Amino acid sequence: MELKKSSINILIVLRILIGWHFLHEGVSKILKPGWTCLGYLVDSQGPFSFIFHAIAKSTAMVNIADWMNVVGLTAIGLLLIIGLFERPALIGGAILLAFYFLSHPPLIGISYAMPSEGNYMFVDKNLIELVLMILLYTIPTSHIVGLQRIICSPKAETK
Amino acid sequence: MNRRDTLKGLAAIPILGTYLISVYAKEKERERSFFDFLKDFEKDHPLIEKKIIPEKSTSGASNKVIRLGLIGYGIRGTQLAKSAGFVYPEKLEEFKLAAEKDKGDKRYETIMQQEDINIVFNGICDLYEPYSEKGSIALANKDRKTKSEFKGQPVKRFVTYKDLINSPDIDAVIIATPDFWHAPMIIEAAKAGKHVYCEKCMTHTLDEVYDVRKVVKETGIVFQLGHQNRQSASYIKADQLVDNDVLGHVSLIETSTNRNSPNGAWVYDIPKEATEENVDWKQFLKPGMNQPFSKEHFFRWRCWWDYGTGLSGDMLTHEFDCMNQVMKLGIPEKVTASGGIYYWKDGRNVPDVFNVLMEYPKRDLTLMYSASLSSSRERKRLLMGNDAVMELGGDIVMYVEPGSKRYAKLVESGKIKPELPFVNWQPGSSQIDAMTSATQKYFASRGLLYTMQNGKLTDTTFLHIKEWVDCIRYKATPSCNIDQGFQEAVTAHMSEIAYRENRIVKWDAEKEVII
Repeated sequence: MELKKSSINILIVLRILIGWHFLHEGVSKILKPGWTCLGYLVDSQGPFSFIFHAIAKSTAMVNIADWMNVVGLTAIGLLLIIGLFERPALIGGAILLAFYFLSHPPLIGISYAMPSEGNYMFVDKNLIELVLMILLYTIPTSHIVGLQRIICSPKAETK
Repeated sequence: MNRRDTLKGLAAIPILGTYLISVYAKEKERERSFFDFLKDFEKDHPLIEKKIIPEKSTSGASNKVIRLGLIGYGIRGTQLAKSAGFVYPEKLEEFKLAAEKDKGDKRYETIMQQEDINIVFNGICDLYEPYSEKGSIALANKDRKTKSEFKGQPVKRFVTYKDLINSPDIDAVIIATPDFWHAPMIIEAAKAGKHVYCEKCMTHTLDEVYDVRKVVKETGIVFQLGHQNRQSASYIKADQLVDNDVLGHVSLIETSTNRNSPNGAWVYDIPKEATEENVDWKQFLKPGMNQPFSKEHFFRWRCWWDYGTGLSGDMLTHEFDCMNQVMKLGIPEKVTASGGIYYWKDGRNVPDVFNVLMEYPKRDLTLMYSASLSSSRERKRLLMGNDAVMELGGDIVMYVEPGSKRYAKLVESGKIKPELPFVNWQPGSSQIDAMTSATQKYFASRGLLYTMQNGKLTDTTFLHIKEWVDCIRYKATPSCNIDQGFQEAVTAHMSEIAYRENRIVKWDAEKEVII
């Protein structure tokens, strides 16, 4: 099934919005001196919390997690906005979101120290953004609007 | 590649540009609202550091070695020796090994890098033999060697404090004994012309306070009371801020002690090997006392009025001296106190919950002190002014009062937001590593253990001892001198009397007596 042009345009907008969100999450952490994900890790609950608590116990692991968050979020955001290597970026983003979701699953009977701005049961915004990123993975758009169009196979989509 | 490709390829770049410009603008705005105030403030009210020691020494003998003696090598005595740079070699080896295992453990590095203040110890006196023996080795470890490297000779062990004080090769003494021995030792030392560093509480009874002040003033010795908060960057800064009237009128100060561990409640470990043979119980008691030998009383003396001053001399004095440093309060006109033994029912007779109200009508101010030894929930130290509130500990956090006239323009223009701190001054004490006990963590959170000096984390007790030694060399007056000590001790004893006699205790400032 061919997608309508308007649908493609909406997907492009979606890609850029998610990119903006990631980029700002990353940049905000860079600008906040002494930011660390330690508190977030410690706050983890649910069936997978043991993994995040184990990470929190090791200073080295926390440092790595901090670094992966800051660099990951910023780089993924940048790539999605400019439209380059979008598929690896989308996979990376989905993995990060999966971690966020699994560390703080909105299960019944669990409440977290870190305040959230909405009300969730099983489904939260991380999960929705994650599924949207998978959707974008199945329908790449960087070769239509994005640096990918200039760098790789410029002829493919010119018709 | 045609023009259409180029345009569509680069279409998202302006979005990135927009993002970067927005972030830059947002950051600028945040910086302005948060830090401009402080910058403006420092420009209008330059915060000048007070210097106790003159820049250049006037005496030629400025760098001579100061020869010390230590009386008491218990928990605090050991800490004081360590802060002065004298650590038991076995302990230093332990720190070194710990640092090799865990790079974050900075205890060894801190000790090795600490400045050498050119002092030696020529004597030690402790009534428990193993402590005296251990101390005699630690105090000989001037070069900071580990067990395998140490080859020094132990320093001389004195059987009585009088012999130590009167020893001709000792210029000054550090007193870290139970409170009830402070006054006789200070008096003995001062009469012998020896300078004194004494732990808080300065004295055990009200009468002693006058005697101690008299002899220290008459003999002119350099006296420092062990309130190391005097060296903490956050208190020095808070003092400057208050002097510059940033809080408006402060009519209420809230301070507290919040501890919840056996150690914090003075239930210290009693060494298994302690017996009547190696504890000099006879000398421990003052003439006229005839309590039967008790290891519990000897090692946990802080739990009984006979030897200590309870929460009033032990913990209230910390809080009082911090506030006296910042607010120059002096002795309160009226004191009431209440509390009881509500948790540690272990035979002690000093309260474990203790609340004191100190009234300063001439200053239009109340200081409220509240202590619990069975809950460690942190209660911030608050200076509540009508223009702003200061939370003071290892760092300084200030909030504006929404109704403040002084800051009204800054609030209206959005430069200060009442719900956010408008001053958040951190000397960097979050770097503290390897805090091993709850009691240590407690003292650190209240800004009593470490401070930042020249960008380095520094032990406040080291700085306090250094200041005392420098004052001996340069004939200057230390920050916690006898006048400050007089105020500290009188206030502590007024609180104790108010509690024990269940009455309002008043201070007649002219006659210098309590009513």
